[in-house]
Amino acid sequence: MKPRQQRMLAVGLAVVGVAVAAGLTLRAFEENMMFFVDVSDVVAGDYPSERNFRIGGLVVAGSIEREEGSLDLSFRVTDTRCEIDVSYTGVLPDLFREGQGVVAHGRMGNEGVFIADKILAKHDENYMAPEVAESLGKHVQDQTASLSSRTEECETE
Amino acid sequence: MIPEIGHFALILALALAACQSVLPLVGAHRNDAALMSVARSATFGQFFFVAVSFVCLTIAFLESDFSVLYVANHSQLALPTLYKVSAVWSAHEGSLLLWILLLAAWTAAVAKFSSDVPEPLIARVIGVLGLLSVGFLLFALLTSNPFDRLVPAAMDGADLNPLLQDPGLAIHPPLLYVGYVGFSVAFAFAIAAMIGGDLDQNWARWTRPWTVIAWAFLTMGIALGSWWAYYELGWGGWWFWDPVENASFMPWLMGTALIHSLAVTERRGLFKSWTLLLAISAFSLSLLGTFLVRSGIIVSVHAFATDPTRGFFILTFLAIVVVGALVLYAWRAPALDSTVGFSPLSRETFLLLNNVLLVVATTLVLLGTLAPLIVEMLNGGKISIGPPWFQVAFLIPMVPLVLLLGIGMHTAWRKQNEGPLMKLLRLPAIAALLIGVILPLLFYGRVSLMLVIGCFAAAWIVISSLIQPYRSWRRKDGAAAISRSALGMSISHLGMGLFIVGVTIVSAFGVESDRAMRVGQTLEVAGLEFELRELRQVQGPNYAAIEGVVEVRDDGDYIGTVRPQKRQYRVQKNLMTEAGIHPTWNKDLFVALGEQVGDGVWSVRIQYKPMIRFIWIGAFVMALGGLIAVSDRRRRRVTS
Repeated sequence: MKPRQQRMLAVGLAVVGVAVAAGLTLRAFEENMMFFVDVSDVVAGDYPSERNFRIGGLVVAGSIEREEGSLDLSFRVTDTRCEIDVSYTGVLPDLFREGQGVVAHGRMGNEGVFIADKILAKHDENYMAPEVAESLGKHVQDQTASLSSRTEECETE
Repeated sequence: MIPEIGHFALILALALAACQSVLPLVGAHRNDAALMSVARSATFGQFFFVAVSFVCLTIAFLESDFSVLYVANHSQLALPTLYKVSAVWSAHEGSLLLWILLLAAWTAAVAKFSSDVPEPLIARVIGVLGLLSVGFLLFALLTSNPFDRLVPAAMDGADLNPLLQDPGLAIHPPLLYVGYVGFSVAFAFAIAAMIGGDLDQNWARWTRPWTVIAWAFLTMGIALGSWWAYYELGWGGWWFWDPVENASFMPWLMGTALIHSLAVTERRGLFKSWTLLLAISAFSLSLLGTFLVRSGIIVSVHAFATDPTRGFFILTFLAIVVVGALVLYAWRAPALDSTVGFSPLSRETFLLLNNVLLVVATTLVLLGTLAPLIVEMLNGGKISIGPPWFQVAFLIPMVPLVLLLGIGMHTAWRKQNEGPLMKLLRLPAIAALLIGVILPLLFYGRVSLMLVIGCFAAAWIVISSLIQPYRSWRRKDGAAAISRSALGMSISHLGMGLFIVGVTIVSAFGVESDRAMRVGQTLEVAGLEFELRELRQVQGPNYAAIEGVVEVRDDGDYIGTVRPQKRQYRVQKNLMTEAGIHPTWNKDLFVALGEQVGDGVWSVRIQYKPMIRFIWIGAFVMALGGLIAVSDRRRRRVTS
């Protein structure tokens, strides 16, 4: 091969390599992208049903139930308007507590239970994940109009 | 009184930084020796006053002066002295002051150890660093003054976040910052060269040691952070692809590309504008990292509490630095480049490939980190990108990089003949392939594609990087000994190989198991028996803890005892998991207590982590190699 052909071949191979790499990267990107969905939207049935997503909110006081001696537990998460049941098996993070902010990764199971495979509570007690704060904030603002009686009821599916 | 001294010192430092930036730059422009000579004294003065300010804040912490808001929020009377000191940089205001101190220290070091650098160049370098100091000092004084008073003073402080009460984390931020900030020196050299319109091989010779030192510290800082996350966050992962981790990793990748590109510029006078661009990028990514951490804009376990003003300030600063540098680059860089040829098979080619692949890797990490922001801005909803994506995407440029690395190390500048190279590398390649397949089979009893790739790559790099030192050691009388810089390179690459060993083995054979466990019960994980002997109360200086005593046995033979704790700190009331780890060179046994899930029953996470120490050892060996290379005496000679 002449040097020129060699160079063309090298460039051609490089282009193919980059294209394959870009394709792989984009596919992996599509697969690993995880949406954050407001609890209210989940309850209203507006969530990706075929894939994992994240929810976030506050752990409802008194809702943590644990099966004695096992790692299975369930609790409810609220965005102050709607609540959703969450089930989880495993060790919980240290800052997981009633009334505190939490983010859960997982998918919807049957009967409206969110099956979490990962629970996140943040490092710092004063820190709340921005997405959770925003999700709560939306509904808290809705409520300020009439704090005693909620103007917006939770709409279910 | 002392906090006020600190505050005034900071203002004086700002004034001196202004002198340090404006006067030498004007002096260099007018070729006025008197103005240029201001550079050094202003630098030392600025460093002195920033140091005074830093010492004042440290004294406030040591004396538990809770009339200072920052101290009251991040310390407490019963806090052990070491953590009172490390609390200084535990949050935004103090860590910013540490950043400023280190910037001043780097500048002072540059001013001190640059007697052979021409006066206009060094005046410009110091001037640019002074401009950066002005920016950060303004940031501190306007938005984040650590000396703000609290009236009335608090009786006791709110305590340091328990997670930060750890020796590893006491030194992780300073090391990391030395690296981050150190890239500003390369940045300043790049800007100075573009302003002066003059970039020769000596320029690269002066820039390179500073860059390599910064890179070595950044390497250690990141490794230490990873180690801390492993044992202190309690869950045994060593890298999470968290945005803030990425923020430190991107400058590292770019810095790695930069030190390789600088090598080409120094030896061959090539890649000049490319080197400049990398120097600008590495520092810009450091700033971007700062912005991501401090603005709270991205969801991260590390994020500081949100403050829009600070985020805005940093973003503006970032924009000025990046846009300014790139405009200057577009204007001046084309004139600097020279055209010298090199053959397709030469060290230049391999270093070029190294650079391309590292830049691709950086771009991918940047893409994954910023994707949530971009998608949200386009109203695509709130997304996050999981670690699996990074693992796949990152490997795409990394696999070719490590394979080429083993060859590139042995190629000659300008032109390498095929024959000798093939002869030299044939045996190592075969050996690496055999090791890649046989070793995992032998020790762990199974193979997979990724495992073979990983083990082969590790063996390939380790063997390849040992060739030169080995030959030097076995050399006949009269043959040249290996130079420090070649030895440093070999050691750094060896560290890379060790790192790959750790990553490959721990991802393939690590075992993680969440279980419920009662006192007296024995669980089997990864073929080892873990027995919970007892649970007991333990009192620490500022916490109370429940400690599990877990005995580990292998087929009945005693291996060790680990003592995981669940701590409750008295002031913040936070629960904290302190993992129990039994480390040996080839595996970690890791037990963490979850919580009580029944009468005398606790949830536990038991992990078996083979070869995990190699990850951090590898990183430290990499850094060590860099420092050895810098110590090469030949570096200090100037070629004309």
